[in-house]
Amino acid sequence: MPPKSGHQRAKNIDYEDDDIYSDEEEYYEEGVEGDGMSEEDKQQMAAATIKVKEALGGSFKVTETQIQEALWHYYYDVGKSVSYLKNKYAPKVPAQPKQSQKPASRFDQAASAAGVGAPNGKLSSFIDSTTVCAALNLGLESCYSTPPPVHFPISYNFDRLTEDITNFFWDTPWGNVPSHRLGTIIPQTVAPKGGLLGGSKLAALAAKRKQKQQEQAAKAEEEGNDADKAVALLDRLSVKSDRPALLAPSDKAPKPAIRYQRKRSPSPQPQPQVESDEEPDLGTTRPTMEFPDLRAQPSMFATTLCSKNDSRPAGQSHQSTSFAEFALPYTSMVEFKKVDPFASPSPDDIVQEAQKRGAGRPSKPKATPKKPAGDKLAEAVDKLHVEEAPRVKSKNLNVVEEFAKSEMKRMMNFVVIGHVDHGKSTLMGRLLYDLKVIDQRSVDKLKKEAENIGKASFALAWVMDQTSEERSRGVTVDIATNNFETEQTRFTILDAPGHRDFIPNMIAGASQADFAVLVIDASTNSFESGLKGQTKEHALLVRSMGVQRLIVAVNKMDTINWSQHRFNEISTQMTTFLTTASFSPKQISFIPCAGLTGENVTHRNPDNSLLDWYTGPTLVSALDTSAPSPRPLDKPLRLTISDVFRGGITNPISITGRIDAGTLQIGDQILIMPSSEKATIKAIELDGEPVDWAVAGQIPTLHLQDIDPVHLRLGDIACAPNHPVRLIKSFTCKILAFEHVLPSSVDVFRGRLQAEGRIVRLSATLDKTSGEVLKKKPRIVRPGEVARVVVELQRELPLEVGVRIVLRERGSTVAAGLLEG
Amino acid sequence: MRLLKQQIERKDGSGFAVLEPEEPEDMWHAYNLIQPSDLLRARAVRRVTKTSDAGSTASQRVILDLSITVASTDFDIGSGQLHVAGRVASENDHVKLGSHHTLDLELNRKFTLEKGDGWDSVAVEMLREACDTERRAELWAVVMGEGLANICLITEHQTILRQRVEVAVPRKRKGDAGGHDKGMEKFYSTVLSTLLRHLDLSNPSAKDISQTDKTIPLLLASPGFVATAFLSYIKAEATRTTNKPLLALLPNILVAHSSSPHVHSLSEVLASPAITTKLSDTKYARETALMDRFLTLMRQDDARAWYGPREVERAVAKGAVGRGGGVLMISNALFRAQSVNERKRWVKLVDRVKEEEGGEVRVLSSLHESGKRLEALGNVAAILTYPIEDLDESDGEEEEGADKAGDGDGTMII
Repeated sequence: MPPKSGHQRAKNIDYEDDDIYSDEEEYYEEGVEGDGMSEEDKQQMAAATIKVKEALGGSFKVTETQIQEALWHYYYDVGKSVSYLKNKYAPKVPAQPKQSQKPASRFDQAASAAGVGAPNGKLSSFIDSTTVCAALNLGLESCYSTPPPVHFPISYNFDRLTEDITNFFWDTPWGNVPSHRLGTIIPQTVAPKGGLLGGSKLAALAAKRKQKQQEQAAKAEEEGNDADKAVALLDRLSVKSDRPALLAPSDKAPKPAIRYQRKRSPSPQPQPQVESDEEPDLGTTRPTMEFPDLRAQPSMFATTLCSKNDSRPAGQSHQSTSFAEFALPYTSMVEFKKVDPFASPSPDDIVQEAQKRGAGRPSKPKATPKKPAGDKLAEAVDKLHVEEAPRVKSKNLNVVEEFAKSEMKRMMNFVVIGHVDHGKSTLMGRLLYDLKVIDQRSVDKLKKEAENIGKASFALAWVMDQTSEERSRGVTVDIATNNFETEQTRFTILDAPGHRDFIPNMIAGASQADFAVLVIDASTNSFESGLKGQTKEHALLVRSMGVQRLIVAVNKMDTINWSQHRFNEISTQMTTFLTTASFSPKQISFIPCAGLTGENVTHRNPDNSLLDWYTGPTLVSALDTSAPSPRPLDKPLRLTISDVFRGGITNPISITGRIDAGTLQIGDQILIMPSSEKATIKAIELDGEPVDWAVAGQIPTLHLQDIDPVHLRLGDIACAPNHPVRLIKSFTCKILAFEHVLPSSVDVFRGRLQAEGRIVRLSATLDKTSGEVLKKKPRIVRPGEVARVVVELQRELPLEVGVRIVLRERGSTVAAGLLEG
Repeated sequence: MRLLKQQIERKDGSGFAVLEPEEPEDMWHAYNLIQPSDLLRARAVRRVTKTSDAGSTASQRVILDLSITVASTDFDIGSGQLHVAGRVASENDHVKLGSHHTLDLELNRKFTLEKGDGWDSVAVEMLREACDTERRAELWAVVMGEGLANICLITEHQTILRQRVEVAVPRKRKGDAGGHDKGMEKFYSTVLSTLLRHLDLSNPSAKDISQTDKTIPLLLASPGFVATAFLSYIKAEATRTTNKPLLALLPNILVAHSSSPHVHSLSEVLASPAITTKLSDTKYARETALMDRFLTLMRQDDARAWYGPREVERAVAKGAVGRGGGVLMISNALFRAQSVNERKRWVKLVDRVKEEEGGEVRVLSSLHESGKRLEALGNVAAILTYPIEDLDESDGEEEEGADKAGDGDGTMII
């Protein structure tokens, strides 16, 4: 083969490599051949040509150009060229069987590619088979007309392949094999090129299989006589159509059976086996010969066979191998004894089975890429996607029944509210510590860390405040959640920030709560400043968000020596205020406690005589007496997303939030509003434990799939796809004014949702109790008045009639209200 | 805006002005000046199609001066482009009288404006203001919260929201404190890179050398500690990358507190004492202070503060918006009214307050936060010299009738 360039020439002495080149390239190479020759080259060439001619003698009809090509290729190595030319232009009937072999192997690849199911694989296999057919034709033609091989590059490839193998040993001396003869066997390295058809495992397997076949075929050709080969050709041609199916599964296990089967096929031509018999002969008789590539990856079958037959007489001639002998090697094999060829399903069955399985298997990664053939409409694809989406199997539980059956402990969420620095986080840290939710070690660690930055008293608060910012500033910024259990109830703590800047976060927490714990600093001035500040605002907010029950924890009692007087003073003041804020006095309880020391949080210290005047419950028992709010289980699902995060490698998208209404279970589809994207619930976690379902009132973590995280934002609503939340741009609501309300820009809050809006109209002021219109179109709504206003939002939001909203302006809560429509 | 030529009759307001917009803000002035029924002459590119005798058509682009009678204006705040649509008022070789054309006003391209109903006092005042060559204050502001930042450019007359940055920041969760910190870090870096893209520090650096006093201040405002944390992030980033322009900017960064990450909390930021002392006497600071005063009066339930078109008109009629503290606040949106009568109504009101009563008139830009607050109140409000009770209730009975006779802005009447 003429080299393309000097560089290639050096590299591609192994001419088989050129198989991968296209036709054009080869033509092109021919064209430029002469250009690359230097004067020296020409001289060498001339000399070598004469030698080759002599060596070939007159019997060979080889043109000078062909000789020169061969010489060029072999670097003027006369010996190699001669053998090459002899191989090449020797009379050749045996070429055909090889050709059929080769296409078959292509079909193998095609079949395996088809098995992968990739449409392009099918396409390429189709193309392959057509080109192969063309090649076959060309090959036949070339065989009889003996044109210079370069003119029919593809056929040349096939010819050469077969010829190399069949005629390679044509003139091989039995004794000392010249070293150049060893090199030419390298063509077998071509086999891995099958890998080019695709990177899949199947393709790799197919390539391996192909390699083996080539080995075997090569050996068959070597020893087969012409007559046999003619029959073999027929045989292979007939087998060929079956082959892709036969070999597609590429399973290791049924391999021997398949082979065996083939041997017994109607026109049995057992060459493959014979040839493997002969292989060891070649190896043993000529120990100097290298077969590195031939033996690189022999099949298990081949290895067993070879080892078995290594002891054979070395000089056994090919012709002496008769038909009768073929079966013998197998009878002695373990596999033969073990395997009854007809006991197992036929190869066809295996293939069909495999194909069926391949088609039916709902493999996960395929979900999106698995598109119908190109001609389907986008719509159809979408539909397909929707159908495929619930791949997570739903157990189709009746969640309401399950919930009733489970008789689980009561589950309650409470929000801890109060002015900044009144000790909310510390109190909760203490509570968790005393209830052994937090172990001694982690508390010690926190204490040490806190001491290191000189904030020893914050250690317990750090149980809740975990971000670096919160710790360095000593202020809770965002809601912290934690869980604990008493004998009757499982509680979720929502520790709200007290700082006025973080009221949005507090609102988010309060919207998830069943009841509230209001923490008040009992020390002088603190209580008073709190009452003006967030103690008041928080209390009003939780009330307007529907919280009925309030436990007032009068904290830091240790700093005022557990003064009963102070406690009573605070109780009276707070009761007055809270009743005006329309809390029912029955629903309010006051507990004296000290978060830092832990007194009267989970238990009472009998040594503390200072608290003898108090006979009521501890904080935890007070929590236990709270009645949970009703759970609207039968209503359609509503869940407000309060956090979107990456739950880990297995759960790339997770959300948490309280289920406001309805139920959900694994496998359910949920619709996210306002993005209108659907997602499937892959898994549900509740308090860190996987569960199958969750009901209203709980705050589960949902691991989702089939959704892009950009569609999930804080404050979005996850709802049932058949009962979606409507998006609205403007709404009327009944508000209770905390401040003067004028038409102006406001921030609208609903749970975690925070949006820009505008009060466009004050429709009327209403009677607080009867709801009658007192005055139409008021100029201003004064604090404490109830009014009906129209709010316009900047963008559409999922809000429903009956949801509670909070309107804030310039950092203070101006009103809280109920959406009317 | 440069006033190239002006020929306006004092008496009847007839005449024209030749103007050349020089900076993007001038487009905003032009938008406020140009009214429907005005005559506008400017350079235009028009595709002219000619039909030959044989019937074949050939079209070509012709650059020509066109006079149009304005029918409508369209202003793109983001890009500062003004498109004026109208009908051709003077015929020439290429364009027939009465055919439609939309003029795109461009920077540094002069135009001639002639008022259809003459130059009224408001228009003349606007013209004066537009051509005021005094140094204009400019300010970049980033109003931010956790995961949300609004990058705004505040100029003398407008607040332009240049970009809104939203980054999903995971909330703090039990046992995963790192996610939040990492999210914030990502958020800061996104905001900073976006901000730098808008500030374009590298470009005007040459200019800064020539006029060192003109360094645009940058205002960071947020609830909580976000702004402070962002400032320290900028500092760290500037030193880390040794970004000289950014380092030079550092002294000009102000940090302020806002109650929410939304743009409308800018008004509260700009009114805060820390900022007003630094930004002293800028128009928006004055406007904001005025609006605050008005709202404080409203909250005190003082009968000297009134808002809404009808109430204010009635108060003016009673002579309550006059000398000695009477202030009429009116949004320039009202002067852009599409109907001529509507505009006349407001011009009359302004004229009366100014000339007859001797009160103060403040025209607030509808693009500023203070203007937006005024817009919520019906675009007009007044602080009276003496309290008048029940300005609204006195016609409670005829409310229905008044609504029917309403002049198109019935929804604005509160």
